Amino acid sequence: MKNYHSLSEIQKAISDGETTLPAVVEGYIQNISNSKSLNIFLETFEGESLERAKEIQTKISEGNASSLAGAVIAIKDNLCYTGHKVGAASQILNGFESLYSATAIKRLLEEDAIIIGRVNCDEFAMGGSNENSSFGSVLNPLNPEYVPGGSSGGSAAAVASNCCLVALGSDTGGSIRQPASFCGVVGVKPTYGRVSRHGLIAFASSFDQIGPLAHNVEDASKVLEVISGKDDMDTTSSSVAVDKYATFDGGTGKKKIGYIHECITNEALDSDVKAKHLELIDKLKVQGHTVEAVNLEELKYLVPTYYVLTTAEASSNLSRYDGIHYGYRSGEATDIESTYTKSRTEGFGDEVKRRIILGTFVLSSGYYDAYYSKAQKVRRIIKEKTEKLFEEYDFLMSPTTPSCAFKLGANTGDPIKMYLEDIFTVHANLAGTPAVSLPLFKHSAHQLPFGVQFMSAPFEEKALLGFAHNLMNTPSLKD
Amino acid sequence: MRQHLENGSKSASSIKFALMKVDEQLIDKLAKLSRLEFKDADKEAILKDMERMIAFVDQLEELDTEGVEPLIHVSEEVNVYRPDEVTEELTQEQALKNAPKHDSFYFKVPKVVENPDDK
Repeated sequence: MKNYHSLSEIQKAISDGETTLPAVVEGYIQNISNSKSLNIFLETFEGESLERAKEIQTKISEGNASSLAGAVIAIKDNLCYTGHKVGAASQILNGFESLYSATAIKRLLEEDAIIIGRVNCDEFAMGGSNENSSFGSVLNPLNPEYVPGGSSGGSAAAVASNCCLVALGSDTGGSIRQPASFCGVVGVKPTYGRVSRHGLIAFASSFDQIGPLAHNVEDASKVLEVISGKDDMDTTSSSVAVDKYATFDGGTGKKKIGYIHECITNEALDSDVKAKHLELIDKLKVQGHTVEAVNLEELKYLVPTYYVLTTAEASSNLSRYDGIHYGYRSGEATDIESTYTKSRTEGFGDEVKRRIILGTFVLSSGYYDAYYSKAQKVRRIIKEKTEKLFEEYDFLMSPTTPSCAFKLGANTGDPIKMYLEDIFTVHANLAGTPAVSLPLFKHSAHQLPFGVQFMSAPFEEKALLGFAHNLMNTPSLKD
Repeated sequence: MRQHLENGSKSASSIKFALMKVDEQLIDKLAKLSRLEFKDADKEAILKDMERMIAFVDQLEELDTEGVEPLIHVSEEVNVYRPDEVTEELTQEQALKNAPKHDSFYFKVPKVVENPDDK
């Protein structure tokens, strides 16, 4: 079948009678089947997707379909969908079936989107390469010797391999933007609180956000608009009104952009990534935007701060996996202690255990002030500094990642090296701001894609996405 | 903000970092608190990883945070209330559905009345 790269393209093809929604869905199912070796999908909801496609096709024909009719969406395996399995790619949730749908999923369905399946990820969204899944690594569709990034590696790979139009991922420290960069797709991490976390399996509750990965900014914006907004089921969801993100009115003005000096001079930065980033800065200036260097002296402290806080939150969140109420129980559970200990020891993977142990350490008596409380203070410094920068600048820019996708197994021996993958992305999660990764570049050496990241002040998604949409549609800015 | 960096490293808690040693005893204590078990080779690996990870996060000590309030909530929402009404979100059957062992009314666990230390 023909591959579609935007919702408007699908909607037009259907309304012109060139195709039907069931045919579009069948095409995606065929692509999923053809790309099985990439290990993207944990489960495909074939029968029900086709059923729903028929129903929505009828609505389209009758002229009463909703805004996302035609959108075929894959969801990360940490999003609950009533009556469907979900497991955060972990053995500890073996066999678990959702009793309710995440608010984001519910809102997509209400707008006539089709959920085509659930996709692989790093276990409990902990990882930067999708090599931490208990269901095996996802391979990068652009070159299967390379990782797709993580933790939303399956989501990025699903979009890149045309197995869906849009995918939902979650981003705690870069888990949407980094795989988007590695797979050459658009990834959006919304403002903290913009999208309800109800039904998202918790990793670090003050960092986690659900967001879209798509071929273009337009589709990502349409989906974000639908899933955003206040939700009674998540008290941290924001009551700030949701703008019309996908109208892109007002995105064309000249902007004031700060590029983060410490990112550009970072020793981990690949020379080609750096060169192309500097080229983009020049091109933006030529377009009339003001682009200036800004300082973020704290850059090297961002990832350590992030690890103290997220592991602390994770150790607490993951204490619910007790081998009793749901999920996996060890066959060697003989009393209450061994039910907890054996089930958790057998059910969690190595990276998850590492993070639970570190989180328990930073929260434990005697170390709490020196680590956890300290990191919370650093987080305030970073947040306030970021707010100050946004008083002066519309956007902050940096490369999304220091380099392109790496080969499978290249970083698995060294957790710190893997953690530093997130060096440019954790900033937005620490400060709670929105950020996008745009796939503007290809690496000169091996032609793998990489992205540029733009951040805005909280709840400025409309301006950020409008600007991003313009960039993506300016051919001279592309590599 | 800049003086946070320049004033550098001295605060009351810095002594703690210098003395921080990751040993088997600490791993055992953390494992017990986390209800996890590490045996032999696994214990060596987690000890090594923890040494590296703690050294990594120890960098934070270089920043002066004197007088800075810890940031606890990122959300700007305040006093989010809901009516105090009882609703049945899940039925008993649903609540028990995903349990590894259950009967019609209860989650089932191994016998708990014996103290394992007395065996």
